[in-house]
Amino acid sequence: MPKIIQKKLKILENKKVGAEYCRMKILAPQIVQKASPGQFMHLRCNDEVEPLLRRPFSFHRFHSDSFEIFYKVIGRGTKLLAKKQKGDTIDVLAPLGNGFELERTTNDETRTTILVAGGMGVAPLLALAEGLIKNGLKAEKAVVLLGARSAKHIFCVDDFKRLGVKLYIATDDGSRGHKGLVTELLERILRKVNRKSKITNDERRITIYACGPKAMLKAITILNRKQPDVSCFGSLEENMACGVGACLGCAIETVDGYKRVCKEGPVFDLKDIKW
Amino acid sequence: MADLSVSLGKLRLSNPVLVASGTFGYGEDYQDLVSLKRLGALVTKTITLKKREGNPAPRIVETYQGMLNSIGLENPGFKGFVETQLPFMRKIGIPVIVSISADKAVQFARLARALSRTAGVAAIELNISCPNLGKKGLIAQDARSVYKVVKATRRATKLPIITKLSPNVTDIGAIAKAAGKGGSDIISLVNTYFAMAVDVQTRTPKLGSISGGLSGPAIKPQALWMVRQAYKAVKIPIIGMGGIMNAQDALEFIVCGASAIAVGTATFVDPQSATKIIAGIESYLEEKRIPNLKKVIGSLKDGK
Repeated sequence: MPKIIQKKLKILENKKVGAEYCRMKILAPQIVQKASPGQFMHLRCNDEVEPLLRRPFSFHRFHSDSFEIFYKVIGRGTKLLAKKQKGDTIDVLAPLGNGFELERTTNDETRTTILVAGGMGVAPLLALAEGLIKNGLKAEKAVVLLGARSAKHIFCVDDFKRLGVKLYIATDDGSRGHKGLVTELLERILRKVNRKSKITNDERRITIYACGPKAMLKAITILNRKQPDVSCFGSLEENMACGVGACLGCAIETVDGYKRVCKEGPVFDLKDIKW
Repeated sequence: MADLSVSLGKLRLSNPVLVASGTFGYGEDYQDLVSLKRLGALVTKTITLKKREGNPAPRIVETYQGMLNSIGLENPGFKGFVETQLPFMRKIGIPVIVSISADKAVQFARLARALSRTAGVAAIELNISCPNLGKKGLIAQDARSVYKVVKATRRATKLPIITKLSPNVTDIGAIAKAAGKGGSDIISLVNTYFAMAVDVQTRTPKLGSISGGLSGPAIKPQALWMVRQAYKAVKIPIIGMGGIMNAQDALEFIVCGASAIAVGTATFVDPQSATKIIAGIESYLEEKRIPNLKKVIGSLKDGK
């Protein structure tokens, strides 16, 4: 059985969300069966040679026979995607890469799971939150932190609330939640959790899953160095050509040499990344 | 059924469509997506004697109808290649062409000798035209250096030698001749064009190593012209490449004199590009009632 599928698939929905964002739902029973949160797909935006390359997107949400992507209409590719209509087809290459390890946080009463999203980084984290809870994680043991420029750029609040997780918001301009960085919220939460549970250094009691801008992931990595009881996983991005590991274009530097974001990643243990 | 088989000197291929070095890894990454045994041949990512880490990120930038890359020949080295990559390729059942690179003629010869003693290698491609090594000039930019490297490799191996040429030259004919004189059985061209892109907001290069190589449909007309010039200059067979996206593009190169073609960047866009191109060439021959592809090679009607 092939692990990766390339197929023209039917678009079930392509809805605008606010002024610059879109949600696309694609019928893909075979892919949904194989894919897990944190993995990604490589989409062809049209059949022409301009723009040339495919565009990588994370799985935003899984349904029984379809999945959703959540994207910002920002460049040549996403502008074409936004024009697609219900019933159109799209060339999908998926599932790609290694996602989040769901087993790490579930079935462990003493563990706290924290999801940290910066801007569009919320996209894979909704699928992750839903996946973790489906896998047995108790919602009250999970904290979700959403950060963005302003209230207009905060998404999926109701979706997370419905899951029953604790939710905190940070915005740069203070238009919603904490005024400042989402990593400041994270620091505050870590202090709280640490006080509550008795931690020994050899037991990692907190798992952080993060997705967002490089600066945010880097800040979390630095934070992590001071907290030896915290495991920290982040979904990384890099310019990408093939998406399947062949071209070595999406390499990032780790303590163990260059790794491919598309193959060994996109989820990495953040302490291994050389920022 | 039209006959798609071609002979490039001693190298016999069931069809003229190869996958270009650096765009297909060592085959394994594409096994779920491409019927590998249908390919004319697989050219590996370039290997060097010792392992190479490659260039800093970002290594890829998309440009108009093309892309820049500056991977920097990241590879596991000869030993790593033979142990970890070659076993899979041997099992495919198509000719495996191993691309090699080095700084000096003696090292090319050493690698070629080692590959000659390795089972499962159909031919060697000399990558003397990689634009991403931070060197002042390329071997492929100097006819005497080309001759020296090819000659030294020729002495070290009986395997067919393909010399991969750079388009970044003033006279491709002279370089092609030097490769032929040195004993190259085949030449392949073009490698990528020196190129760069800049982020004007930060006024920094978009590639981690400042410059890279341009590939994709943007370079196809230039690459085609280069192949035509080389075809006029030498008698040895040519593998043409540069922005080939479909069967029509491929046939343009064949009409201009390429005995075979390689698909590179197109694979990133559609993994099945190479196999679709094989089918497309076959339909073209059937439509035109041409029984044998060899009749199309170099058949350009340019009045000369």
